[in-house]
Amino acid sequence: MTQQGVPLLFEKGAPGRRGYILPDLDVPAEPIEDLVPAELLREEDPALPEMSELEVVRHYVNLSRRNHAVDVGFYPLGSCTMKYNPKVNELAAALPGFARIHPYQPESSVQGALELMWLLQQYLCEISGLPYASLQPAAGAHGELTGLMMIMAYHKARGEDKQRTEVLIPDSGHGTNPATAAMCGCRVVTVPSDERGGMDIEILRKSVSEKTAALMLTNPNTLGLFDENIKQIADIVHEAGGLLYYDGANANAILGISRAGDMGFDVVHYNLHKTFSTPHGGGGPGAGPVAVTEKLAPYLPVPVVVKKEDGQYALDYDRPHSIGSVKAFYGNFGVLVKAYTYIRALGPNGLRRVSEIAVLNANYLMHKLKPYYDLPYNRTCKHEFVLSGNRQKQHGVRTLDIAKRLLDHGIHAPTVYFPLIVDEAIMIEPTETESLETLDAFVEAMISIAHEAENDPEVVKGAPHTTVVGRLDETRAARQPDLAWRPPASD
Amino acid sequence: MKYIPTTPEEEAKMLAEIGINSIEELFEDIPEEVRFRGRLNLPEAMSEAELIKHMRELASRNADLETYTCFMGGGVYDRLVPAALAKLVGRAEFVTTYTPYQAEVSQGVLQSIYEFQSLICLLTGLDVANASVYDGATACAEAALMACAHTRRNTILLAEGLHPEYRLVVETYLRPQGLTTITVPMRNGRLDMEALRDHLSKDAAGLIIQQPNFFGCLEEVDPVGQAVHEAGGLYIACVDPVSLAVLKSPGGYNADIAVGEGQPLGNAPGFGGPHVGFMATKKELIRRLPGRIVGATVDTEGRRGYVLTLQAREQHIRRERATSNICSNQALNALTAAIFLALVGRQGLKDIAVQSLQKAHYAYRRLCELPGFEPVFDAPFFQEFTLAVDQDVEKLNELLLKEKIIGGLPLSRFDSRYKNWALFCVTEARTREEIDRLVTVLGRLRRRELT
Repeated sequence: MTQQGVPLLFEKGAPGRRGYILPDLDVPAEPIEDLVPAELLREEDPALPEMSELEVVRHYVNLSRRNHAVDVGFYPLGSCTMKYNPKVNELAAALPGFARIHPYQPESSVQGALELMWLLQQYLCEISGLPYASLQPAAGAHGELTGLMMIMAYHKARGEDKQRTEVLIPDSGHGTNPATAAMCGCRVVTVPSDERGGMDIEILRKSVSEKTAALMLTNPNTLGLFDENIKQIADIVHEAGGLLYYDGANANAILGISRAGDMGFDVVHYNLHKTFSTPHGGGGPGAGPVAVTEKLAPYLPVPVVVKKEDGQYALDYDRPHSIGSVKAFYGNFGVLVKAYTYIRALGPNGLRRVSEIAVLNANYLMHKLKPYYDLPYNRTCKHEFVLSGNRQKQHGVRTLDIAKRLLDHGIHAPTVYFPLIVDEAIMIEPTETESLETLDAFVEAMISIAHEAENDPEVVKGAPHTTVVGRLDETRAARQPDLAWRPPASD
Repeated sequence: MKYIPTTPEEEAKMLAEIGINSIEELFEDIPEEVRFRGRLNLPEAMSEAELIKHMRELASRNADLETYTCFMGGGVYDRLVPAALAKLVGRAEFVTTYTPYQAEVSQGVLQSIYEFQSLICLLTGLDVANASVYDGATACAEAALMACAHTRRNTILLAEGLHPEYRLVVETYLRPQGLTTITVPMRNGRLDMEALRDHLSKDAAGLIIQQPNFFGCLEEVDPVGQAVHEAGGLYIACVDPVSLAVLKSPGGYNADIAVGEGQPLGNAPGFGGPHVGFMATKKELIRRLPGRIVGATVDTEGRRGYVLTLQAREQHIRRERATSNICSNQALNALTAAIFLALVGRQGLKDIAVQSLQKAHYAYRRLCELPGFEPVFDAPFFQEFTLAVDQDVEKLNELLLKEKIIGGLPLSRFDSRYKNWALFCVTEARTREEIDRLVTVLGRLRRRELT
């Protein structure tokens, strides 16, 4: 990594320097004042950078070198499925026939794009075991929002929307679940986990009522554990008149092995940027398509891609019960292209193998690490597992320190302090694309940190030592917000 | 197996370590009744070579803007893009990294977001910006929610000149919370001030106006803002970032929140996504902003560094009390926008805006000379303009396709009142030759239609 700090864009360049020059204007120019009323014009140019192309290139290449990434090294960030992003996906999405088409072109001129979307809808339906899908949501949380909006529309159609305003969420759920419920005007009812890490059935029974709108659940859950009572859970919620939302963040564990629809879920979202290998891009773009049961299909956002009798593909806006649209146009299409490419590359056997090896790798790591770290739920895990740093805490070393020390080994830290129900949580998801050597190197790093915690805790507490910056003052960042560069005040 | 390195020998070794005999044992906890025992009904795996061929074939059935000349806008624009952009955005260290949770190994992404926020602040003339939201439409929706939360009022006014799909998205986002939208009509292509005054009330949390508006016209942003503020609402401007090189900034007309779509800043049209929504606001409203925000700070040795900050607004901390449920955003598209702005720079962005303005006006004059093409409004415009055409615009566009031209956007797809209106867009990417050819072809098609 580049050790030296990189000055801001705004601290580089010189007045008058150019990085890109347009062709000369080839139409007769009129005075701008004749075209735009003076009161609508800007008085002063925005103080944008003035840099040469090379300066810009160096700036961003140097910034890029100050990042960890899947293509740089191991990234066992739990619940994020940091698997390898195949390069052929990128090649496909960059084809002008996908990247350079306008969303409002006549449908006759985008039949290839519509066919791809229609097929992807079918594939996701098959993978989820649910009959209808929308590709419009742009991310997992956006899929949650879409799904819960549809559930509320369903209750409304039955005249129960005023009454059904409670959303049940396990205490191990992703933060997006309760936040989504709030955005749908619902109240959150937290359902605790039992001692095996599953949902506490007895408390669930007491929690459901005629007020229940939905249960939001991921299975395997954020502990990486498959809830064996899922059928029973689904029955309890359905009998109370509620619907089940499946947060597909953890789908990498069960492709072709168990399907959300078969478990009794009414809506599922998939994170294409996790399970289906489209890259995370530093936090996006993702895609969070939803698949639904027949009874929720009328509420899907518009448009839906349909195949007409003549074999042509079309966008169907004529859906009177639809919740509306959750974003402009049809979804993060470029991301959809990559996920489609991935599914076609792997086929049914390949997808199943993905989950088998993802689960094998997680269990292997869990098995190797449990002598050294507390394992609160000691049972077969799925694609991820959660350790606790409690043992190390006795030596004054916290999970945050362990995470930071891993950075010194060139390994990205696992997800930490989540799920909230595990003290000093360390959530590890290796994915299926890592080699045994990488897994073993991670085990060695974790063991060496466990030893350090005992024998030389200061080295862990002071970590990271080898990164481009040390630990950053987050309190200062929050108390004295510096959120943007400002041009020096002119006199 | 593709993308999976594990050999059978390694698999056996790992199973032995765990103390089991088969992978199947790892799934024994899944009850039989929810086990999927079949084989997914999906097409068989393809080799990379087959796959590339297949993808090229699908792509070839789309009319791409490298082959076709585009006069369509309506929220997605065909612009010139510096060659260096794709090379930089494509760096694996940007593409294959996650949300920068571990700041020490994410300084590149964090600094790039800080710079993106700074660029958005410079363009919009406001104090703070977030790291991005999904797109321009959801940025409007999030701004509407901010306004309702801040004013504790329940209605958002939407100018008719706000993109119809954006209006629909705002409505969709607001409805589950019992919040409502009212569309305030336009007169001659701009927000009708009288109608606005009628709708401003103690219940109106604010107004979202688009500048330039969906029909291409420039709104009278100052008096509109004054009226909204007098009624105690928040003034939200949905802006085209390129236009801000020449048009007055939202801060300049005292908007409280600026939102917009960052696609025009180097992001590919991509059939509508992924693009990037941006949001900027005044200092007072910082804590109501949704999504990630990056701040500058120092490390243990006093070195400058960047972190995700003000996270007490966000879902992973605040859960049901968060400002929004957004988690993943459009980071790589925001990076694209930032690199684009850095490459074209201060003068470049101005040139792009001015050339678009000039070329659009040239095209407007030429098209209006054609019989059967009449301007719908006489308001000033930026790079798009609405013409009434004396024939079916969709049919006309099918004929234009044969000439490798993507014609103006048929507005009847949004509202039957906009029948036979076509929204033409001319950016800096169009040459005079292409504009002249559009005029010639349209003239010829119309003559043929009449004979």
